Amino acid sequence: MILARVVGTVVATRKDPRLEGKKLLILKPVSPEGKDEAGYVIAVDTVSAGYKETVIAVSGSSARMAEGCKDTPVDTAIVGIVDDLRLET
Amino acid sequence: MLIARVVGEIIATQKHASHEGRTVLLVQPLNLDGSDRGDAVVALDAVGAGVGDRVLLVTEGFSAMTSVGRPQSPIDMAVIGFIDRVDLAETA
Amino acid sequence: MFLGRVVGCVWATIKNPGLEGHRLLIVEPLTPERKPTGRRIVCADATGAGAGELVYWCRGRESSFPFLPQEVPTDSTIVGIVDSVRVKRAGPC
Repeated sequence: MILARVVGTVVATRKDPRLEGKKLLILKPVSPEGKDEAGYVIAVDTVSAGYKETVIAVSGSSARMAEGCKDTPVDTAIVGIVDDLRLET
Repeated sequence: MLIARVVGEIIATQKHASHEGRTVLLVQPLNLDGSDRGDAVVALDAVGAGVGDRVLLVTEGFSAMTSVGRPQSPIDMAVIGFIDRVDLAETA
Repeated sequence: MFLGRVVGCVWATIKNPGLEGHRLLIVEPLTPERKPTGRRIVCADATGAGAGELVYWCRGRESSFPFLPQEVPTDSTIVGIVDSVRVKRAGPC
């Protein structure tokens, strides 16, 4: 699982039917300190995350274990919204 | 999943049987600003995409195989949608 | 999947029994413009590709599927021999 920040949305009308009704969000990976890391990924939202929120995203085949993603072509899913995070210093 | 652009097509007569009847596309993954993200990859088409289309690319086996309709096949990437619009909250 | 060119062959007498009887080829990954992209890798072969041929190969667990029901411990396999590539790079949208 990775920590990431929601930075945008993707609209796709014509897509695999199993993705109908799913919200696609653009995530930017962040470090535990909240710094942006390189790259981005498009994920299916299962927890109603919003813009700028820090979330937990799971990727690979485990993404399909998320709510409503069983047997769908999803390789990254948002499975949690981070309320707080504490680092041992 | 990634945003990508279809940049070409591959013709291959001799290939794994599960790829028969599906277009083999050359797809360039893109960054959020539209620039190239690494090198172009090879993906099977599940939605009827063509050169120039901006598409949704899955990069994981199960998703790719099942969207192309060929379970248990050597397919690790597939084009599964057309991107109409990308909204960014800020310039990333 | 990725484009590549077969640049060599590997012989290994002592190997995992699952690899027995499979050809192992060295593949140079390429861009559509045929520029090498990085490290050369060892691929199993599901197509009968030969030296110098342009191929496309698949990575990950999926690359063991051509050999089912035999379970071959490979993480990259050649799955197609390329006849031709048509590349048309469009400008930015």
